[in-house]
Amino acid sequence: MSKLLVSPSPHIHSKDSTKSLMRDVIIALLPAVICSFVFYGWREILVMAVSVASCVLLEWAITKYMLKKPSTVGDLSAVITGILLAMNVPYTTPWWVIVIGSVVAIGVAKMTFGGIGQNIWNPALVGRVFLLVSFPTYMTTWSQPQGLFGADAVTGATPLGAIQEGLMQGATVQDIMAEHGYNYGQMLFANLGGSAGEVCALALLAGFVFLCARKVIKPWITLSIFATVALVSLVFWGINPARFTDPLFNLLTGGLVLGACFMATDYVTSPMSAWGGVVFGVGIGLLTVLIRYFGSYPEGVSFAILIMNSVVPLINMGFKQKKFGRK
Amino acid sequence: MSKHTFSIGGVHPHDNKISRECAIQPLPLAPSVYISVAQHIGAPSVPVVAVGDKVKVGQVVAEPGGFVGAFIHSSVSGTVKSIAPRADLAGRMATHIEIAVEGDEWLEGIDTSDTLVTAIPEDAKAIVDKIRLGGVVGLGGATFPTHVKLSPPPGSKCERVIINGCECEPYLTSDFRTLLEKGEQVVVGAALLQKAMGGVPCTIAIEENKPEAIAHIKDVIAKLGYSGIEVMVMKMMYPQGGEKQLIDAVMHRQVGSGALPISVGAVVQNVATALAVYDAVQKNKPIVDNSVTVTGECFPKQANLLVRVGTPLRYIVDYLGGVPENAVKIISGGPMMGRAVANLDAATVKGTGALLFLTEEQTKRAPESHCIRCGKCADACPMGLEPFLLNKLSQAKDTEALEANAAQDCIECGCCLYSCPAHIPLLDHIRVGKGFVMSAIRARAAAAKAAAEAAKAAADAKK
Repeated sequence: MSKLLVSPSPHIHSKDSTKSLMRDVIIALLPAVICSFVFYGWREILVMAVSVASCVLLEWAITKYMLKKPSTVGDLSAVITGILLAMNVPYTTPWWVIVIGSVVAIGVAKMTFGGIGQNIWNPALVGRVFLLVSFPTYMTTWSQPQGLFGADAVTGATPLGAIQEGLMQGATVQDIMAEHGYNYGQMLFANLGGSAGEVCALALLAGFVFLCARKVIKPWITLSIFATVALVSLVFWGINPARFTDPLFNLLTGGLVLGACFMATDYVTSPMSAWGGVVFGVGIGLLTVLIRYFGSYPEGVSFAILIMNSVVPLINMGFKQKKFGRK
Repeated sequence: MSKHTFSIGGVHPHDNKISRECAIQPLPLAPSVYISVAQHIGAPSVPVVAVGDKVKVGQVVAEPGGFVGAFIHSSVSGTVKSIAPRADLAGRMATHIEIAVEGDEWLEGIDTSDTLVTAIPEDAKAIVDKIRLGGVVGLGGATFPTHVKLSPPPGSKCERVIINGCECEPYLTSDFRTLLEKGEQVVVGAALLQKAMGGVPCTIAIEENKPEAIAHIKDVIAKLGYSGIEVMVMKMMYPQGGEKQLIDAVMHRQVGSGALPISVGAVVQNVATALAVYDAVQKNKPIVDNSVTVTGECFPKQANLLVRVGTPLRYIVDYLGGVPENAVKIISGGPMMGRAVANLDAATVKGTGALLFLTEEQTKRAPESHCIRCGKCADACPMGLEPFLLNKLSQAKDTEALEANAAQDCIECGCCLYSCPAHIPLLDHIRVGKGFVMSAIRARAAAAKAAAEAAKAAADAKK
C-alpha cells in the first residue's frame, strides 16, 4: 500500500447492480421460455434467437455508431426486451417481422429516449403493438402447438379471439367454450393457442415468485392487476354470463400473467412507490377488462399497460413517501 | 420477543462484526500524544497550558470556547512540547497540544480503581456539572457536548433517556464489548443520566445481533436494582442508531425537520457516553481514553483497544503490525458513515471509535450508469426523501426545489448510494445540495435578524 484512497462515505455498496437485477429477471423468465420451447418446438427457438440477437445488436450499434457512447448492452436489459418481444408474438411469425419489431422496440421506444431508464413506454410492448397493427395477419394467425419435434401446425384461434368471433356470430360464451373444449387446467399448465408468453401461466408465476423472493420487484403491481381483473370481470360475468367471460378465464388468457408479472413491473415504466404501483395496477386491470369486453381487439393487456405507462409520471407526483417528521 | 425498529426505509448491510470476540485491551502509551482543541461540535477549546508545562493525566489543558464547547484534559503525564497547528485525519489544520509522555501519573482526586460506585447523587445539577467538567461529549459520532444536551431549553421537558447500544454500523464492536465488559458502569451511567433529567424512564436499546450484551445488561439491571431502566431489543437494521430513527423506534415519535430530540421529549446518549458519564461523575475521571475497534478482513489482527486521546493513528496501526499490503482505504468509524483517513499521522480524538481497513475490491465504486427508476433509493431512505430527485436538483443547483423537497433533512446515512444498482453517487451530490439549502437557511436567518435589529434601532431613534 503506497497511497490511501480518500472518498466520501458510504465506503461499501450492496451487491445489487443493474446487471444483477436484469440477470434475475432473465432467470425468472427461463421456466416460461423453456416451456415455450417444449410446446412450440424449434421454430420458437428460432423466434427467440432472432429477437434477442436483433435487440442486442441494435442497441450495441446505436450506442456505438449513432450516440458514440460506451455500449450499454452489458446491462442485459436489451436481452430482456428481446425475450419479451419473442414471447409476445406467435412462433410462426417470419424472422423479418421480428426484426422490424426489434427496431421499433429498441430503436424507437428505447434508444430514441436516451436508452435504459429514459423510455416512457415498455419497449417490448411498443414493438408488439406496432407489429399487431402493421402485420395483423402474422400476429393473429395462431397455431396449435405441436411439441418440440412436431409436424406442421394446425391453425387455430386464441381463446380470446375465438370468444370475440363467436360472440359476434351470436353464440354465448358457454357454447363457445364448450365447442373449443377450453379448460382451466390446460391454461395453467399448457397452451391453448397463442404466443410463447401465454403458454404456461404456472411457469410465469414461478418466475414472479422468484423475483419477489429476491426482492427484485414488489408484488403490489402484479397483485392489484390480478385483483382488479378478477373483480371487474366478476361483476360483468355476474350480470350476464352469456355475454361476458368469467374471472378465471380472463386471468389465465391473453398474456395477462406475462403482462402483469414481467411487463407492468418493468422498473423504468412503472411507478416507484407501493401505493403508486397499486393505482397503476388497478388502471391496467380495469382497462384490460374493458378493452376485452368492449374493444375491437380481443386482447387488451398490451394497450392497458402502454396507456398506464403514459401516466406514470403523474402517479409518481401524486404518491410520495411521507417524509420523516413532516405532515 | 418483539423487536423494534424505525418506520421508514433502512438497509441491511452484512454486519461483519469479525472483531466481536476481541476483549478491550489497553494500548501501551505512545511516546507523544497530540491533543486537538477541536474534538467536538461547537467552538474550539482554548489552551490553558504553555509549552514546557508539566501535566498529569486528567489535568485540564484546554477550556471551552463557548457554551457549546467542552473541557479537554491531558490523556497522559509529561511535558507540553508544542501548541501548534497540525493536520487532522482529513488533512485539515487544527491546533494540537503536543505532550511528550513521561510515566503515567494521574491527577489527585481521580479514582482509578475498579470499585463500582452505585450510589446516585441526589443533586441533578451537580451531576450535569461534573459531566461538563469531565469534558464528556457524545461518543456515538457527533461529539456534541453532553452537558448541553442535558440542559433542555426552557419550555421543553425530557420524558425519556435512551441509551444507544445499537451499533448498527457494520464491523464496529467497541460498544458491544463495552456493554459486555463494563455493563455495570454503563447501567450506572444510565441511572445518572436518568437522575440528571429528573428521574425519567430510561431505555437501553440494543440490536438483536448482540444477544450476549442484551442478556448481560438485563442481569446487571436486575442485580443493581435501579428502577425505570429497561432493555429494548432492536431489529438489525441500518441506521437504527441514527438519533431520529432510534427515537422513532423506541418512542414512536418523529423529530421534526431541523428540530432537536428534546422537542419530542427524548435525550439520546450512546453507550460509550454513558460509560464516560459514569467515569466523570462517580470516579472524577474525565475523558482521557476511549475504546477503538481496529478491524477489516484484510487486517491480520482484529482488536478492541483502549486508546488514550491524541494517540497518532500510525502508532496504533504499527502496534498491530502495520497497514496490510492490500488495504487501499482506512476509515475512521464504520463503513457507512465513517470518514476516510488521508493522514495516518493524525491523532485520535474523543470520538474516534474505529479504524477499518478495506481492500480495493471491498470499497471500489463501480462506474455510474443510467438511473433505471427502480426506486430502491427512495425505499432505503430513512428520512422518506427521494434521493434520485435530490440528486438531479443538486446538480441543477436548484436550491428552492431542494429545500421544498427537504434536502436539508438528509442525515447522510448513505443508504441511497449503498442501494443504488446503477451506482449513481447520490449522496455525493445530495451533500452538496444540502449545503446549498443550509446556507440559504442561514442567510435568511441572518437577514431576518439584521432586519429586526434595524427595525429596533429605527424605533429607538424615534423615541
